Amino acid sequence: MDKALFEFCLRMGDNTLILGHRVSEWCGHAPVVEEDIALANTALDLIGQTQLWLGLAGEIEGKGRDADALAFRRDAWEMRSVLLVEQPNGDFGQTLMRQYLFDQWQALMLAALEESAEPRIAAIARKARKEVAYHLERSRGTVVGLGDGTEESHARMQAALDRLYPYVGELFSDDAIDSALAERGIAPLPSSLRPDYDAALAETMAEATLSLPENRWSHSGGRDGSRHSEHLGHILAEMQWLQRAYPDATW
Amino acid sequence: MSKEWPLWEIFIRGQHGMSHRHVGSLHAPDAETAILNARDVYTRRREGVSIWVVKSADITASSPSEKGPLFEPSESKAYRHPTFFDIPDEVGAM
Repeated sequence: MDKALFEFCLRMGDNTLILGHRVSEWCGHAPVVEEDIALANTALDLIGQTQLWLGLAGEIEGKGRDADALAFRRDAWEMRSVLLVEQPNGDFGQTLMRQYLFDQWQALMLAALEESAEPRIAAIARKARKEVAYHLERSRGTVVGLGDGTEESHARMQAALDRLYPYVGELFSDDAIDSALAERGIAPLPSSLRPDYDAALAETMAEATLSLPENRWSHSGGRDGSRHSEHLGHILAEMQWLQRAYPDATW
Repeated sequence: MSKEWPLWEIFIRGQHGMSHRHVGSLHAPDAETAILNARDVYTRRREGVSIWVVKSADITASSPSEKGPLFEPSESKAYRHPTFFDIPDEVGAM
């Protein structure tokens, strides 16, 4: 089995799985019906991307596990999502800030992956990129609108940025798996995306009249599964309950 | 300033060559966001290739109380319908 490639697909698929699930928690609760529908659409896009990434992961693993088995029958320490995506929704502003921080990274990552030497990865990237371009337009617009909005919305968005920025660095940390994949031309080194990300963030936050924290220290331990926060366990408990209680249930 | 977002009327063109049709209305803070919202609310099932948004407040509508003077005079003028012509079969559907 191509272990590095398998891990990479899990990392991509678990990010969209956990964020998709988080965003879906808004369904029926968003401040206005238009945002409710938009968030549900985003969540569905992310879950759709998860099917592609985890489906490919199962194919590479070759042990008969499909996307559903990988999504619903792995425990927290086997999940490879970054810590950012498991962070609680908080208020609407915090949810959209998390979404923007992720979308901006994902847009750059998918653009690079379109050039992947592994054709199946390039194909997923091509398909997902259009969805993500839309997510980014939307989340960026909301961050700017609320950041440069009322006194209260500005304060909430600044608090969201201060709270979530320490989770951004993990998206750009390299490890042995990343180096191996970069050498084979399959995926870019995460750190190589940081300059473009920083430039985009600086522009967005300036427009939103928000200040980027100067401290770039970052939490880590999500994408290698070693130190997920307690939040992930709660997500999985809810998400996996049915499959755990009634394995292979159908209706 | 009102805290409520303004209402927008949404027009979607289903296919190239067709006209935009009114599909409904929604709230949004500005025109750009109204288009994004319309995309999410009204085109989830591939209904459209183009979206127009118009602030509902910018639409001037005829008044229901003027219904009589506006529309009744045309009721008795059946000759305005081109139904008195015999269409040759060769013309086909018009």
